Amino acid sequence: MDKVTRLISEKGIVIFSKSSCCMCYAVNILFKELGVKPLVHEIDQDPEGREIEKALVRLGCNAPIPAVFIGGTLVGSTNEVMSLHLKGSLTPLLQPYKAP
Amino acid sequence: MLGLCLVSGKALWLLWFDNKGLERKHFPLPSSSVIPLCCPKNMNSSSAQFVTSRRMGVYDPIQQMSMWGENFKSNNNLNSSASLIVEDVKLDSQSEVASHGISGPSNQYDQEATKPVDKTQRRLAQNREAARKSRLRKKAYVQQLETSRLKLNQLEHELECARHQSSYMVGGLDAIHPGFPGAVNPGITTFEIEYGNWVEEQNRQIRALRNALNADVPDMKLRILVENCRHHYIELFRMKETAAKADVFYVSSGMWKTSAERFFSWIGGIRPSELLKVTCGSSQINVLGPQLSPMTEEQSVQVGYLQDACLQAEDALWQGMERLQQTLAETVAASQLIEGSYIPQMAAAMKKLENLVEFVNEADHIREEALDQMFRILTIRQAARGLLALGEYFQRFRDLSKLWAARSHEQA
Repeated sequence: MDKVTRLISEKGIVIFSKSSCCMCYAVNILFKELGVKPLVHEIDQDPEGREIEKALVRLGCNAPIPAVFIGGTLVGSTNEVMSLHLKGSLTPLLQPYKAP
Repeated sequence: MLGLCLVSGKALWLLWFDNKGLERKHFPLPSSSVIPLCCPKNMNSSSAQFVTSRRMGVYDPIQQMSMWGENFKSNNNLNSSASLIVEDVKLDSQSEVASHGISGPSNQYDQEATKPVDKTQRRLAQNREAARKSRLRKKAYVQQLETSRLKLNQLEHELECARHQSSYMVGGLDAIHPGFPGAVNPGITTFEIEYGNWVEEQNRQIRALRNALNADVPDMKLRILVENCRHHYIELFRMKETAAKADVFYVSSGMWKTSAERFFSWIGGIRPSELLKVTCGSSQINVLGPQLSPMTEEQSVQVGYLQDACLQAEDALWQGMERLQQTLAETVAASQLIEGSYIPQMAAAMKKLENLVEFVNEADHIREEALDQMFRILTIRQAARGLLALGEYFQRFRDLSKLWAARSHEQA
């Protein structure tokens, strides 16, 4: 979907979220703790929200929110983010996007 | 003397006419059948019946009316209908008499015996009615007792089952907690039984690990034990995932654990960082003393990173939980000023509670991932030691719970 493609290429770290979703909030907190500021796109406040959700599912996101993209690539949902972090692979991914 | 016999209502009436006038004896019938009472409006249709008894000098209609009158709790009716009867009867003097022919003397009998008999009849009828009601009340009471007895048996049975189940669990004494859900939630009952078995198997595996380490068995044998242990923990996570669907509060509040374990419960289990501390023997808190084979520098660094990652993940997840609590509270409390139904708030709150399942599952996912990473970083022997330490850690807390519960019982 165009909008999704556009968004994920605009910013390094994008989280597709819903304002009511507390898990999305948790993932956002984690990224903040790691020193980055992701773009959080609330799809429940987006008129095209339903299409975005469908597109995310098509792209392979089970949840489908939160959907985390880093450098234009889908990382996954909460499970994947947590696993990556405990493996130690998340921090290197975020390195280019850390605030100096 | 003229002897007459009439079956009327519940009594067998024997009438003897003699010189002194009417003398009446009656013998109550065993049957509980009652002459059907009729509504005053239908008087005419049953007047023949009344006439019969009337002719025989039996004021059954009056008795029956008095009973009926009492049923409707209206003495006015009684009086008016009674007089109605009398009227009908007098008018119907020529109508057929049921089974026994009577001639003249019945008229005399009418006037002589009316008043005193009337009162007696009415009293007797009232007594009969009171007795009838009393019997009905007794019957209802007995039925209620029977129902309660059945219920009590059922509850006792359930309690027995619950106690039996809890005896599987090492927690034992303090396993019967208030609001014990096992009786009503089959998913939780299943979990509790399975968890009881899980703990037994866990204890067995701990013993096996201890023996193997003491006996200094080769790595190959240790690997098998370590793998078994690892799979055993994974099994617990699966069980919890299923149970969380049945009752998320049960899992998240750690109700399935013993009381001392519950004290440390974090979103339905041990904190992942704590899990690492125990298994990897962190230098800050060395739970088991210097039993671990010393870690290399590289290993220490990696464990350090893993520990940090765990803490960050925990922190993020916990803040999400707090947000969930906050929004749930706001949802439930919403529109308190508006009276009436709070169903919309409940519906929204229910949706929020479904998110709690996600959090419980995520917490377990972090625990599982932490264990996986630990196995990756440590050697087999170190992993075996770590698992032994972890198993004993839980075991000690279960024992602590038992001791504490026993102490509470002694003091009580």
